[in-house]
Amino acid sequence: MAYIPHTDAERKEMLAAVGVRSLDDLYQAVPADVRFPDLDLPDSVSELEITQELQEMAEANVDTRHFACFLGAGAYNHFIPSAVDHILRRGEFYTAYTPYQPEISQGTLQAIFEYQSLICNLTGMQVSNASHYDGATALAEAAILSLNHHRGARHKLVLSPAIHPQYRQVVRTYMQGMQVEVAGDERLPASAEDLPSRIDSNTAMVAVQYPDFFGRIKDFTALGRAAHAAGALLCVVVNPLALGMLRPPSEFDADIVVGDGQPLGIPMSFGGPTLGHFTIKQEFVRKMAGRLVGETVDSRGQRGYVLTLTPREQHIRREKATSNICTNVALMALASAVYLSLMGKQGLRQAAELCYHKAHYAAERLAKVPGFGLWTKGPFFHEFALKCPRPVAEINQALLDFDILGGYDLGQDYPELRDHMLLAVTEMNSRDQIDALVEAMEEVSHA
Amino acid sequence: MPEPLIYELSSPGREGVTLPHPDVPAAALPRELMRRDLPLPELAEIDVVRHFVRLSQLNHAVDTGFYPLGSCTMKYNPKVNEDAARLAGFAFTHPLQDPETVQGNLALMYMLQDWLKEIGGFAGISLQPAAGAHGELTGILIIRAYHQARGDTKRTKILIPNSAHGTNPASTSMSGLQTVELPSDDRGNVDLQALRQACDDTVAGLMLTNPNTLGLFEEHVREVVDQIHSCGGLVYGDGANMNALLGVVRPGDLGFDVLHFNLHKTFSTPHGGGGPGSGPVGVRQHLVDFLPGPVVQIVEEEDEEQAPLYGLVMPAKTIGRVKAFHGHFGMHVRAFAYMRMQGKAGMRAISDHAVLNANYIRARLRDVYHVPYDRICMHEFVAEGRWDDAPGVRALDVAKRLMDFGFHPPTNYFPLIVHEALMIEPTETESKATLDAFIEVMRKIAEEAHADPETLQTAPHNTPFGRLDEIRAAKDLVLCCRPVEMDADP
Repeated sequence: MAYIPHTDAERKEMLAAVGVRSLDDLYQAVPADVRFPDLDLPDSVSELEITQELQEMAEANVDTRHFACFLGAGAYNHFIPSAVDHILRRGEFYTAYTPYQPEISQGTLQAIFEYQSLICNLTGMQVSNASHYDGATALAEAAILSLNHHRGARHKLVLSPAIHPQYRQVVRTYMQGMQVEVAGDERLPASAEDLPSRIDSNTAMVAVQYPDFFGRIKDFTALGRAAHAAGALLCVVVNPLALGMLRPPSEFDADIVVGDGQPLGIPMSFGGPTLGHFTIKQEFVRKMAGRLVGETVDSRGQRGYVLTLTPREQHIRREKATSNICTNVALMALASAVYLSLMGKQGLRQAAELCYHKAHYAAERLAKVPGFGLWTKGPFFHEFALKCPRPVAEINQALLDFDILGGYDLGQDYPELRDHMLLAVTEMNSRDQIDALVEAMEEVSHA
Repeated sequence: MPEPLIYELSSPGREGVTLPHPDVPAAALPRELMRRDLPLPELAEIDVVRHFVRLSQLNHAVDTGFYPLGSCTMKYNPKVNEDAARLAGFAFTHPLQDPETVQGNLALMYMLQDWLKEIGGFAGISLQPAAGAHGELTGILIIRAYHQARGDTKRTKILIPNSAHGTNPASTSMSGLQTVELPSDDRGNVDLQALRQACDDTVAGLMLTNPNTLGLFEEHVREVVDQIHSCGGLVYGDGANMNALLGVVRPGDLGFDVLHFNLHKTFSTPHGGGGPGSGPVGVRQHLVDFLPGPVVQIVEEEDEEQAPLYGLVMPAKTIGRVKAFHGHFGMHVRAFAYMRMQGKAGMRAISDHAVLNANYIRARLRDVYHVPYDRICMHEFVAEGRWDDAPGVRALDVAKRLMDFGFHPPTNYFPLIVHEALMIEPTETESKATLDAFIEVMRKIAEEAHADPETLQTAPHNTPFGRLDEIRAAKDLVLCCRPVEMDADP
C-alpha cells in the first residue's frame, strides 16, 4: 500500500495496544447498515502507470509550449525564470502548514512579509494581506470590506462593465444573500466616463479595472474624486505586471487595490491556482479579510515575524468575523515574491514594455488585414479588441491549424461586441509568431 | 540566525534576469500614464536563490518532520503529484481555451468529480471552490438557494454546534444567514434536546463536522440528520475530517445533503505554507442544479469510434461562479494522481491506518495526559495540556517544548470546549517508529511539567528562534518594508 509504512507485525502490536482485535473494530460508532460501502472505484495503479496515464492526458491538450498563445482575458502567458519553480519545489515550503507556530515557520512568515512589501511597493498602497484565492474573490472581499466600512448603511456597488466578466459574476454570487444592489455594468458604454453618474449616497464602492478587461489604460483620478465626494471607496483591479510601467493606482487615490497575481511567476495551469492580491490604505487594516504577517522580535532579541491582528479572524470572532477566509495561497505568494525579486526594478519594467511594444506591433499589423479593424481606441497595454469579418469561434478554429491559440470571443459576454476578438500579446510572443498570426488571419479572413 | 530582508540585500544596478531584446519596432509610450519609480529590489539570481533557500531552512514541514496537527491532516505529499501537475500539457494550458483543445484536462476533472461522488455518496460535484472555507460558503449559498427556489423564504437560521470550526459561523454570516449555536453533550455529541428545541420552520440547515472536532464519530448522527430533515432543513457536512471516512462510510448515505472535501487534507495536495487549497463541494440529487459552475459534463457520448467529448456546463439553477475559471486545477491533478494510485482498496487503507495511528497514540498517552472523551476515536483525538498538580504549565508550553525535539506541536486551544486542548492527528503516513518517538517525547514533557516546569514555560530552546512577541507585533504594526536607500559613497 503506497505511502503507508506499517508492517503486519506493527499493525498487530498497535491493535493490541489500542485493545481491539481488528481494524474493523475501530468503527463501532458508525451505523452498521452503511458501514464499509463497496466503492465503485478503479483498482490502484503504480507510480509508473499513473505517470504514463497522466502524460497521455496532458498530451491530449493543446498547450502554450507547443502553440503560439494570443489568449489573455485574465490569464496570461508570461516568462517564468527557472529559479522560481526550484524554490517552490523545496519541500520546506510546499509541505509546510499555515505558520501558526512562528518559532519553526520563519521561512514562510518572512517570505509572506516580503511578498506583502513587494506588492505594496508595486501598487503604491500601504498594507497588503498575505493573499486571497484569486483576483475575482479578492474583488468580492473588497466589496465586503466596503460594505462593512459603511457599517451596513450603504447597499450599492458600482462596477465598471470593463471589469473581467467572471469577476463581476463572483461579486454577484457573494452578494446574493445580502440586500445589495450591484449596478453600473448592465451595458457596455463607449467609455467608463458615465460611471460617475451612477454613484450616489448609497454607494459603498466603485470598482474599475486597470488596464481594463479590453486592455485599455485610463486615468481614474477624476473617478476617484467623484467616488470620494460621494463617500464611496474606490477599488482598482490591476494587472500587477502592467504596474511595471504604469502609474500605480495609489496615484488615483485608490482605497483598495486588488488583482490576480498569476502574471507574476505563476503558470496559467488552466486557471488555477493563481494568486489574489489585496492591498489597502492603512486606515482599513482592521476591516481587511485574510492573513497578515507583522514584524516583531523573539525572546532572544532577534527580528522575526508572526501572523498578526488575528482577532479579526474567524477562529476568534466566529460569526462576527467579516470574512471566512482561513487560508491564503501562500505558495503562490511565494512564487510572486521570488519572481519580483528576480525580475527586480529593471526586469519587471522591461517585461512590461516588451508586452506593450509587441502588442502595439501586432495591433497595428492586424488592423491592416482586410476585413479586420481595431476596436480599441486610445492607449492600451498588452491586450486589444479586434473587429473580425467572421465569427470569432470560426477564426479560432481555423487558427488551430496554424498552431495558434487565437483570442477571446468578446461576444460571449458583450452582445454588442459580436465578432470581436480580444487578443493578448506578451514577451513570450516573438515577432515571428506575431507575423505568423497576421498571415494566418489574412488567409482565415476569406476562407 | 535571522535572514536579512530581500530589500536589504539589494544593490542598485544589479540584475537577476536577462530578457530578450525587443524584436519589434518600439511604440510610443504614453508618458503621462507611466510611473516614475518602481521600488523593487535589485539582485543577482544567486542572491535570490540563496535568500529563499535560507528562508526555507527556517521552516518545519512534512518533508522535514512529524506534524501531528489535528483537523489539518498533514500527511505525506507524494512527489509524483508535483511532477504530474507540472506536465506541460497541464501547467501551460489557458483556462479559456476551446474545450475541444483541453479534453485531457476536462477528462481528468470529470473523473475526479466521479470519484469524489462515489467516495462521498453524492450525485453531483463542483470542483470550483478554492479552499475548505470557500466550500463552506458555497454549500451554505446552495442551501439558501434551494429554499429560495421553493419559495420557502423564512428559513434564515443555520444551526452550528459549539465544537465547529470558526469558519462555519463566518461562512454562514457571509451568506446572509444567522448562526444559532448548539451545545454539545457530555460525550462530545450534538446535544439532541437542544437540537430539537432549535428546530422549526426558520431553520435553513445544520453544519455538522463528523467525525467532530473531538475526533469522535457523532453517536446519534442518524437522529441529528432526521431531526433537521423533519423540520425542512438541510444538513451540511464539514469534510475536514474525511480522512477518517474513506471507504468507511459515505456522508451521502448518512443523509448529508452537502459536503465540502479538502483536497489538501484528504487527497495529499500539499498545504503550501497556507495554501493553495481546494474545496470541492458534493451534493445529493435535489441540489445538483444549484452547484456553482462550470462543472464538467459529457456533451457527446462515447461510441465505437470516438471517445466522449467533455464540456464545461453551468448547472440550471446555479448559485453562480465562486471564483474565476475552473477552480484550482493544479490541485485537481495532484489529487487525481493520488486517488488513482490508491484505487479502491487504498481508500479504506488510508482511513484504517489514520484511525489506528490516532488510537495508538491515545492509548499510550492516556495515563499521563487527561483525555476528556476517552473512547475509540477516529483519525484524531483531543488531550489536555494541563495538570491539576502542575498548575503553572499550559498546553502552549507543551506545544513549544515539542519543537525542541523536532516535532511540530498539535493544534492548540481547539476545540474551544476542551480546556488547554491538544488536538493530535498523526495521519496514516507516519510509521510506528515515528509515533513511538513522539509518544516518548510527550511522556518526557509530562514528566518535565511536574519536575521542571520552567523548561517548558521558556521553550523552545533548540530552535533558530525563541518565542515571538505577538503583542508587540499587533501594537506596533509593521506590515511591510520600503526599499533601503543604498549609500552611493564607498
